[in-house]
Amino acid sequence: MAEMKRHDNRLGLWGWLGGGRWGVERHAYILHRLTGLAILLYFLMHIVVTSLRASGKYMWIEGHVLHQPVFRFGEYLVFAAFAYHAFNGIRLVLVELGLAVGKPIEPIYPYKTSLNVQRPLLISMMVLAGIFLLLGSFEFLGVGK
Amino acid sequence: MRETKYWTWHMTAGVVILFLLGLHMLIMHVGGVSTSFAPYSGEATSKANSLFRDSKLFFTVTYIFLLGIALYHGLYGLRTILFELTLKPVVEKSITFVLTITGLGLFVLGTWAAIATHAIALSGARG
Repeated sequence: MAEMKRHDNRLGLWGWLGGGRWGVERHAYILHRLTGLAILLYFLMHIVVTSLRASGKYMWIEGHVLHQPVFRFGEYLVFAAFAYHAFNGIRLVLVELGLAVGKPIEPIYPYKTSLNVQRPLLISMMVLAGIFLLLGSFEFLGVGK
Repeated sequence: MRETKYWTWHMTAGVVILFLLGLHMLIMHVGGVSTSFAPYSGEATSKANSLFRDSKLFFTVTYIFLLGIALYHGLYGLRTILFELTLKPVVEKSITFVLTITGLGLFVLGTWAAIATHAIALSGARG
C-alpha cells in the first residue's frame, strides 16, 4: 500500500473560500467563517480598549477618538456580523447534533435530500438575524432619541 | 479523541456566548428594549452607565466568564481554520502555542481590568 502524502489533498485558501456546487448552505458556511474572523479581530481590540477604562480612559464615549462616525459605522458592521454569526451558529449546532436533518430514509427515486429539511431552518434563522439587526439599527441610527 | 473534546467545548462555548453576548448586545445596542442596566441618560456606553454596570458583581463575574469562553471560542475557531490549510506539524504546534499565549495574556488583562473597575466603581459609589 502506497504511503499517503500529507499534502495530497491540499487546496489552500480555495478549500474553504470556494463554494463549488454545494448551494446556499456552503456560502452560509463561508460567510460564517468570515464573520467569525471579523468578530475575533474586533474582540481582541475590544479587550484592550475596554481594559483601558481601569486607568480612566473611556475612548468610546462622546468627544473621544472611537466615537467618530467611521468607528460607529465599523461597530455597526460588527453588530451585523454578530447577528449573522449567532443565528447561523444556532443552525449549525442543530445540524451538528442531527436535530435538523430529518430521519434516514431509503434512497428511492425521486431522491429526497436532507436540504429539504435544512433549508427552512436556514431561512428562519436569517429572518431572526434580520429582525435582531433591525432592532440594533434603530439604536445605531439614533431613532427615537 | 482530544480534538473531538476540544470541538465539543467550542460548540458549547458558542451556545453560552449566544446568551451572554446576546445580553451584552441588547444592553449596548438595543437600548430601547431595556434601560434597567443603563439607568442614566445618554448612551448605554456612557461613562456613568459603564460605571453603574462595573459596580455590580453580576457584571464583573459575567464579563470575566464571557471573556474566557469568547477567547476560547474565537481562538480555537481561528486555529481550526488555519489547520485546514494542511500545515507542517511544527507550524501547527507554533500556532497552538502563539494562540494559547495570546489568549492567556488577554484573559489576564481583561480580568484585571474587570476587577479593577469594579473596585473603582464601588469606591466612587461610596465616596
